[in-house]
Amino acid sequence: MTTSEPALMLRNIHKTFGGLVAIQDFSLDLFPGSVVALVGDNGAGKSTLVKIISGVHRPTSGEIRLDGKTVKFTDASSARSLGIEVVYQDLALADEQPVYMNLFLGRELTKKPFGLLDKEGMRRASQALVDDLNVRIPSAASTIRDLSGGQRQGIAIARATHWARKLVLLDEPTAALGVAETARVEDLVRSLRKRDLAILIISHSLDQVFRLADRVCVLRRGEQVGIRETRHTDQNEIISMITGVR
Amino acid sequence: MFQLISNLRQLNLERSLIYFGFLGIFLFFAVVLHDDGFLTTRNLTNIVLQTAPITVMAIGLVFVLSAGEIDLSFGSTVAVSALTAAVAMQNSTMIVGVLVGLGAGIAIGAFNGVLVAYFRLPSFLVTLATMGLFAGIARSFTNLRSIPVINDSFTGFFGSGKLFMVPSLVIWTIVAVFIGHIIYRNTRFGAHVLAVGDNARAAQVSGIKVPRIKFAVLVLCGGMAGLAGLLYAGRLQAAKYTLGETDLMTVIAAVIVGGTALYGGKGTVIGALFGSLLMGMLNNGLILMGLAVSDQMIVRGIIILVAVSVSLRGSRY
Repeated sequence: MTTSEPALMLRNIHKTFGGLVAIQDFSLDLFPGSVVALVGDNGAGKSTLVKIISGVHRPTSGEIRLDGKTVKFTDASSARSLGIEVVYQDLALADEQPVYMNLFLGRELTKKPFGLLDKEGMRRASQALVDDLNVRIPSAASTIRDLSGGQRQGIAIARATHWARKLVLLDEPTAALGVAETARVEDLVRSLRKRDLAILIISHSLDQVFRLADRVCVLRRGEQVGIRETRHTDQNEIISMITGVR
Repeated sequence: MFQLISNLRQLNLERSLIYFGFLGIFLFFAVVLHDDGFLTTRNLTNIVLQTAPITVMAIGLVFVLSAGEIDLSFGSTVAVSALTAAVAMQNSTMIVGVLVGLGAGIAIGAFNGVLVAYFRLPSFLVTLATMGLFAGIARSFTNLRSIPVINDSFTGFFGSGKLFMVPSLVIWTIVAVFIGHIIYRNTRFGAHVLAVGDNARAAQVSGIKVPRIKFAVLVLCGGMAGLAGLLYAGRLQAAKYTLGETDLMTVIAAVIVGGTALYGGKGTVIGALFGSLLMGMLNNGLILMGLAVSDQMIVRGIIILVAVSVSLRGSRY
């Protein structure tokens, strides 16, 4: 656990859809270099919270602070421009395009004088990035369609890592992966810590949560049940918090 | 050096099919129709000249298909563009005619584009409707009459003229393919078109304005159909509502055979050029073989069916 200032602070976040309360009174601090897991049953409000942090939804009330400064996200690109990157459950990769075009999707490099794509520059930067993160793919020029599920997940995480300056949000990063691939993705998530990024991970696997996270935040029916340090709790306590059964 | 190797690696069977197919049919006609003048410079040039409007439309369609949409209305756009340009030039200059013709194409493209991108209607239905709509407008606009184009600079520029011994229609083809290829492969716009057709949600969460891209490709396709209309009017020295009427299947076949995916995310402008030339060559060869029009239609239909199914084999569609 670091002692630095939180990268992202959520303060008393409420979100209602019409009369329906989706999130009530949620507060959480995310520190650079630290991993927080967000757990809860289906419908507990995890996806709503992800959408609030990534700028898709605006909270009905409450405050979001980045580096101590209050921010208001108008849409997903405003959250992105402030350094928040999301690894979506469906990965949001363009399957027929090469790896390097996916890493630079929407933010392609161009070169002078005609403003044409700098494919070689993007390919080289992508190769350096996947080598650095130890994502094993044949080449940065490979087409996404030819990669395995774990490799694709690696590309999606590498893209978020490359552009994130504050926070990486991972939505169920290993839900569709086998054992060996899950282990590789978890190694990758651990290596993000060293880059001083705050990491928020959503996971249904408590084993994974205890392997990766420093803290666990539990949601039940839109309510924040509590935050525990993984060192000072166990799976039974977390399960009873998730289900409400003691 | 690296680029060369990666280019070679990309040269897989699926992508190069069009070139083998092109070569195969060319050799077939060259042998079978040797005595009928297929290989003469005059005949080969004629194929390229007749194919020019098809190639221009095919380039527009590559962009539309790559963005995951379709345009069925470009054939009608050709007629509207040629007719409006011809009427405008009856008592005005070539510049006005060109602007009116291209403008008509762009306006039709924009009409399709607004309905597809901003009203979120399926492009198949929108352009199926506008195909009929603008075919009707082309008919009523001049009461089915043919409008002669007697502006010499226009017919030279868009039809029979030459620059350094090269026919203007060949120059139009080369310029359109070159610019189309660069935009498609080497600009952010081209990359965004492919991303939108590949995975619209991924494009959207990556900050790409998906509706704007869909609007733009339909405008581009309308503009290219407008240019095709000018090329027809220039070569035939007249405009009629029938121009472009039968080009829909030819252009779609040329683009698909050329290696562009029917449902987006993948395509090639150079392939579309060769696809168009293949269609032109088929047309020409079947006529030289002395087939009756009905037999030509049957043979062309079968060949397109085979070519399309072979080029779609192995891809995910």
